[in-house]
Parts: sequence; C-alpha cells; structure tokens
Amino acid sequence: MIRGQRKYGHWILLSPYLILFTIFIVLPVIVSVYFSFTHFNAIEAPSWIGIQNYITLLTRDEIFMQKVLPNTIRYALIVGVGGYLFSFALAWLVAQLTLVPRTIFALIIYSPSLTAGVTMAVVWRVLFNGDQQGYLNALLLRLGLIDKAVQWLQSPQHLMNIMIMVSLWSSMGIGFLAMLAGILNVDESLYEAAYIDGIRTRLQEVIYITIPAMKPQMLFGAVMSIVNTFTSAGIGVALSGSNPTPQYAGQLIVNHVEDYGFYRYEMGYAAALSVVLLLIIWFFSRVAWRLFGER
Amino acid sequence: MARFSTKTNPRYFHKSQLKFYFLLVPISVFMVLPIIFIFSQAFKPLDELFLYPPRFLASRPTFSNFFELFSLSRSSNIPVSRYFMNSILTAFLTVVLTILISVFAGYVLSKKRFRTKNLLFTINNLALMFVPIAVIIPRYFIVQSLGLIDTFAINVLSLLVMPVGVFLVKQFIDQIPDSLLEAAFVDGANDLQIISRIVLPLLKPAVSTVGILAFQIAWNSAEASVYYVNNENLRTFAFYVSNLTQAAGNTIAGQGIAAAAGLIVFIPNLVLFIIMQSRVMNTMANSGLK
Repeated sequence: MIRGQRKYGHWILLSPYLILFTIFIVLPVIVSVYFSFTHFNAIEAPSWIGIQNYITLLTRDEIFMQKVLPNTIRYALIVGVGGYLFSFALAWLVAQLTLVPRTIFALIIYSPSLTAGVTMAVVWRVLFNGDQQGYLNALLLRLGLIDKAVQWLQSPQHLMNIMIMVSLWSSMGIGFLAMLAGILNVDESLYEAAYIDGIRTRLQEVIYITIPAMKPQMLFGAVMSIVNTFTSAGIGVALSGSNPTPQYAGQLIVNHVEDYGFYRYEMGYAAALSVVLLLIIWFFSRVAWRLFGER
Repeated sequence: MARFSTKTNPRYFHKSQLKFYFLLVPISVFMVLPIIFIFSQAFKPLDELFLYPPRFLASRPTFSNFFELFSLSRSSNIPVSRYFMNSILTAFLTVVLTILISVFAGYVLSKKRFRTKNLLFTINNLALMFVPIAVIIPRYFIVQSLGLIDTFAINVLSLLVMPVGVFLVKQFIDQIPDSLLEAAFVDGANDLQIISRIVLPLLKPAVSTVGILAFQIAWNSAEASVYYVNNENLRTFAFYVSNLTQAAGNTIAGQGIAAAAGLIVFIPNLVLFIIMQSRVMNTMANSGLK
C-alpha cells in the first residue's frame, strides 16, 4: 500500500466518480424512496401521505397484482435465472473445444448481446409482423403449420413468449464471458487431484471442481444476469409498440413505472413502484451472494 | 493405473469433442440467424422487400437502403447525419471520460489506504446491480434541477457512472504488486505520474474492456434522448433508429432502411469486440466477485 503522500490526494482522484455516482445513483434512489411516501403530480410540490401509495399498490392496483407482478416474476425467473444457467452451460460447452473453434463459437454466442435491445425491435417487428408479409407468418403458412396469419406481437398469448425468447437470445453478455474466463482458468491440478480421489463423470467434475473453483466469476455472472434482465425489461413495449402492452400481457414493473410516471403523472405512486422494483432486484442479488459469495 | 485428467480447455482436437459441436452448432445457428437477417434486410433492394412470399436472404444486394437512410430527414428537417455525429461525439467523450474516471477511482480503491475505502468498494459492488431505468423519474427531476435538460452534456454525463468499470479496473490493479508503485513513489513520482507511467501501461486489457463497455452503452443508448433531450438537434442515432419503427419501419420500404440503421448501430460494437476480444477475456479472468 502506498502511504498518502499528500493527505487528501486520493479524494481528489476519487471525486469525479464519487460526485457522478452520488448524482446519478445515490440521489435518485433516495429521492425515489422519498417520493414514494408522497402524492406528487409533477406540478404541485410533493405532499406527504405516508404509506398510502404502498397500501394502494397492495390493495387497489389490480393490474399490478394480476398482471405486472406475475409477469415480472415470470420474466425474471426465465430470463434471469434460466438465462444464467443457460449461459453457464454454453460457457462450459465452449470451453471443451480447442482455441480457434472456441473463439468463433464464443463470438457468435456473445454477439447478440451487442445489439441494442430497443434498436433491434426494428428487426424483430419485421420478423414477427402480424400480416402474411411477416417472415415468421410466411414461413409457417408455407409449411402449413398455421392457416391464417398470427398477430404475434399484438396477441396476449404470444407477446410474453416472444419477449422471453428475444431477451434470452441477447442475454449472453459479459457475464457469459466472465464465466467462460473463469472455467478456463480453473487450476488443472485440482481436476487431477479430484480424479485420483475418485470422481468419475464430467457432471461430477463440474459440480465438485469447476463451480466451487470459480465461485467469484459465478457471482459476477449472476449479478450481470440480474442487471441485464431488468435493464432489458422495456422490450415488451418496444416490440408491441404501445404502453400499456396489449391486455398488459407484456407489462413489466419498468413499464408500469413509466405508465404512471410519464403518462398519468402520478409520480408518487410511480416512485413506490420503483422502490418495489429495486427491492426485487436486491432480493435476487441477495440470493446470488448467498449462493456464491464468500462469507 | 490410468490417469484421468480434465478435458476442459483442450490443446488438440479429439473426436470426443464432436458431441459438443453437435450441441453448439444448432445453438449458434439460432443465435446468428437474426443477425444474418439484419444484414440481408439491410442490403435488399426495394423489389425484394416487396416480394411475396418474403425471402430470407437478399439475392441482389445493394447499398440503396443506406443511401436512403442518410437522405432521410425527420419532420423537423434534421438530416440523419446530425444524429449520427451526435452519437459519434457522445460515444467518444463517454469512452474517454469513463476510462479516466474509472482508472482514477479504481487506482484509489485498489492501492490507497484510508478509512472509508472498504465501505466505498462495498457500495460500488452493491451498485453493480443498479438498473438506471428503475429510477428514471427521480433522475429526471435531478437532471432538471441541475439545468441539464436539453443540453448536449447530459448525453454523456448520464452514462459516465459505470460501477462495473470501476470494479474491473480495481480488480486488475490489484494484480500490480505494491512494490512497483512504492519504488516509483520513493523516486518522487506523484499519483498522476504513477498512473500514467506505470499503472496505465499495465492496465491495457482492463482499459480496453472498460472502453468497449462504455462504447456499447453510449452507442446503443437512447435513454438521454428519450427522457432529457427534446431538442432534435441534440439527439442520438440510437434514438433515431428506435423511432424509425414508428415512422419508416411500418412501411415495407422502410423495413430495409430500418435494418440498415440497425446494422450501423451493431457493426462498430462487433468490430471493436473482435479487435479487443483477447484483452477482454484477460480482464474477465479477474472479474470474480468475492
């Protein structure tokens, strides 16, 4: 460690980050919590109403309880947890190959995450176009699997599945790369010792050696997976082109926040929804730390 | 006694690896098809876009969609090149400033000793899972009260905080032995000299990685343009592209243009990653969270 040459030198170096961090992360969270206890319509000053917003959220917002919350949980479990397991599996598979094919496969698997979610909606909307000009419809019609064009993005029963598919497709981001690096860096002597000690199968190898040896990367991957899941959650609105999504089928908390905040100007209530969302994200990451963190 | 060892990270091809190819090839096809589709759409001439039944691949590729895109202008008569330049400038400034800020912060959090250091690092780790979109409303009011609505600066400022960048840089600097920096310190170097002469040259992989991540976020982000900027002159290309869906993307002729725009957003990300991939992997090896 370097002793402070000038006593406060480190604060000067740290200050740009600290200031921006405070303005764009800490303050918004604090203000969110404050707004959530107020009635605020963006015109008059916020007025304190205690936990009224949370009571409304729990007892009166039927859309939230019946659609938005179940949608969010379903989406988070499949895209977050499922996508995470999937990206570990892919990282492991890729790690079984020699360098050149490994690099090519890793690049192909990683590249969808480089496409910007909202920007890609331009392309997805053409693929899933609801009339017979849509590529998926045209293909299925020709194969005789459907007899008339399906409104993929406007129908409640399909929208959620398409959202999940699209998000999974683009979810192999830096978490995937971190886990791949983790798998490749496990000390080989650990494997040798384990085989001498009597493990037999590749599955045992993964469970008893690979994962414990790369816990820190597993945790990093999990955190990235959580962030990615909730950041990409606006995809339903981008795909269907409307907020609220058709019959709220693809409505997630993020969209609900926007709906109340920017369309209905119920900022206090929207803030309460944000706080709930932050708590859900925090809960998921607690689970991840529990599983892989060092205590 | 037969000696077993792992087959992970093999040096040579062996036919036992074929089973992994059988699994990976179909998955890769699924992953790559939509990307091929953007390419193909972007290079399709108009008559092929109108073709029924629609064909997946372009048979006579042309650049006309790209020319169309850049000759388009929105209702307010602002040429696409304006959005494009805004994006280039935003991305450039974001990358440079994010790297500087992250390296400074990562250096302090790694090598300095002061009381609140561990607390700050823990808070940063907590912020790794921060999702900006969740607090978009208070963010809007804060940006407003700072007088940053409708400024170019907000395009950049709203993207500069990257907890994952600081985290990766800090983890990487942890690998640099203290003795190296102590020696420079004894020779009379100050912090800035230590950073520029010793830390930065050793930090290339992490700096490249943070740069790439910052570029991706800046280049792909429409957040600032959607929420904080109403002046079309200051909005970014990603915003323009995502709005094409409403304007041009709904007509069949517009699909080609929209795909061309999507491709322009995608390509720089891909090229940068291909160039930097070994450095990124090197950084990721140190990405473990404890």
